[in-house]
Amino acid sequence: MELFATLLTLAFQAMVPITLAAIGEIFSERAGVVNIGLEGLMVISAFFAVVGAKGTGDPWIGVACGVGAGVLVGLVHGLISVYLHGDQVISGVGLNLLGLGLVGSGMVALWGGPLQLPAALQVPSLPAPWGRVSPIFILMLFLAAFTWWLLFRTALGLRIRAVGENPAAADVAGIRVERLRFGAVIYGALLGGLAGAFFSLDWTHTITKTLPAGRGFIALANVVFSKLNPLLALLGGFIFGFFDALSYWVSNVPGINRFVPWQFVRMIPYVATLLVLMGAIGRARFPQALGRPYWRE
Amino acid sequence: MGASLAPFQHFRTLRTIILAIASRARPLLEVVPALLVGLLLGAALMAAWGYDPWKAYLALLEGSFGNLYSLASTLSKATPLILTGLTFAIGLRAGLFNIGAQGQMVLGALVAVAASTLRLPAGLHLLISMSLAMLAGAAWSLPASWLKVRRGISEVISTIMLNWIAVWLAGYLLLHFLNDPQRGGWVSIMAAPSARFPTLVPGSELTYSIFASLAFALAIYWVLWHMVPGFELRCSGLNPAAARYAGIEPQRSINLAFILGGLAAGLTGATQILGRYPYSLDNGLTILGTLGFDGIAVALVGRNHPLGIIVAAVFFGALSAGGGLMGFRARVPLDVIYIVQGVIILAVAAPELWRLMRGLILALRFRRGRSLISSSSPSRDPGRG
Repeated sequence: MELFATLLTLAFQAMVPITLAAIGEIFSERAGVVNIGLEGLMVISAFFAVVGAKGTGDPWIGVACGVGAGVLVGLVHGLISVYLHGDQVISGVGLNLLGLGLVGSGMVALWGGPLQLPAALQVPSLPAPWGRVSPIFILMLFLAAFTWWLLFRTALGLRIRAVGENPAAADVAGIRVERLRFGAVIYGALLGGLAGAFFSLDWTHTITKTLPAGRGFIALANVVFSKLNPLLALLGGFIFGFFDALSYWVSNVPGINRFVPWQFVRMIPYVATLLVLMGAIGRARFPQALGRPYWRE
Repeated sequence: MGASLAPFQHFRTLRTIILAIASRARPLLEVVPALLVGLLLGAALMAAWGYDPWKAYLALLEGSFGNLYSLASTLSKATPLILTGLTFAIGLRAGLFNIGAQGQMVLGALVAVAASTLRLPAGLHLLISMSLAMLAGAAWSLPASWLKVRRGISEVISTIMLNWIAVWLAGYLLLHFLNDPQRGGWVSIMAAPSARFPTLVPGSELTYSIFASLAFALAIYWVLWHMVPGFELRCSGLNPAAARYAGIEPQRSINLAFILGGLAAGLTGATQILGRYPYSLDNGLTILGTLGFDGIAVALVGRNHPLGIIVAAVFFGALSAGGGLMGFRARVPLDVIYIVQGVIILAVAAPELWRLMRGLILALRFRRGRSLISSSSPSRDPGRG
């Protein structure tokens, strides 16, 4: 029983970055801008969260720094994909490489290498019926509901979706296409930044240049799985997070190593992602104008 | 009379040739500003981290083109980049975003190591190892192709997942099957001498593998621009709907693009294992680095054309070859290269940036001219350039 409680705790941790980044990406994709640079965005945020936390000694200021760094990365992506009508996918690849370089060199420049965070700089967890839970997990639940409400129950959300489906028509109706798209990218980057800060300050308590290890792309898989619905992204996040947690959990179960080599255990999240996507019921319908820049006439 | 004109005519022919090359290379020249911005922002960041960018770039230049050894080192670094660049470029030509070169390369490398256990005469052994590695790379790209064609799953996600699965598969195989008991730990057996590429420049890492790489690039050029399946591949990449109307099956093109890309990535693995010291794989896959991802920048700067990719691969090969001396002289971490690469890609993603900047410069010049006549400054919207 205790083992399963551990598994649940681990899953609730592992789902946070996958879900938060996916919710942000859903918001941005609904407005017509795709960002495959989530991996880079998260690792940059994770890095600056650590910089902030170490500089001030307060983990929450660190989280704020991480979110701020995420927003800055979002500014770059938004400028390129909205105002400069650039290629969104290529820009995303650039962000991923930038993250690798920025964090890889920054780590060495500031601390001489990867870092282990002392307990004082870690985000304190809250008690829960099954063990302990991160405050960012609670925040994630709130953000999922809020984003859903914003997208599907407000006039602003309708406009955002209109901009993603048919920007020309939205423009004729008097909606500021560029401004809304840019705002959506920033909101998405903000959540991605929070996911990154969670990674370093709350979950792994460390920083390396490959910290997300593909989870930025698992978040993209979650976007597909959830059919661009923030509430379904919670379910998707839990499924992907569960398999992620399973791979840590299994390696701690005594005796199991004799049957399954641990390298195969580490493959679980990636194989599961492919299987879940294969088994997902029905295909996601993406906004019509997704990935396409809009020129005003 | 005619004889006296001949040298002049030669000059005119030469001029025509140069102009023809210049006009063909125009797309390639258009990325030069992006390269400069990348190097400039890289320098800014080095300064921000407390390094000396001037010293760093001087060392970079010396380490990449300073002498014969550096030049050989640059070309040896360019060898795999040509191939992984091709993987990405072929995908993009077919309308795919195949970022799975990394994993396909790992499979190629594993098979290249495994092929060392064969007992074959020199030369033939190399040929067989190379071919098997290429097939392994292609095989690893097939799941992504299948998921794309049959299930509509984005190759962006599936290839990244396959990359990570490849990493752990390599870890498993290295520990249990390809492990060299004499060297202990997680190091594979060394590629048999009969399967290695001969060295081209003694004392350097440059081997005959560069010819394999160049030949592959030319073959891809031939397939894409002079053969029907390649034509179909490019058509379905440009406009899948129109291609289907013309009787082309986009699915077949997708499969072909993945397979050709996989062959290139598999060959990359072979060039590294069979053409570079220590001729083996360790647990961290150090010898492979992030060559698969580096190919993306190479392809984008090379404008997704095999010949452009060769030029771009030499540029990025120089960054990588000079990076060693840069790290040594200016103590700059190697990862700075990724910043330069990332910024270059960002700049390539937004070609309007250049039009915008040119518009801004023109506007400034215009304003200066006007201010001599009157003090009123014209307003000009640089937004649309």
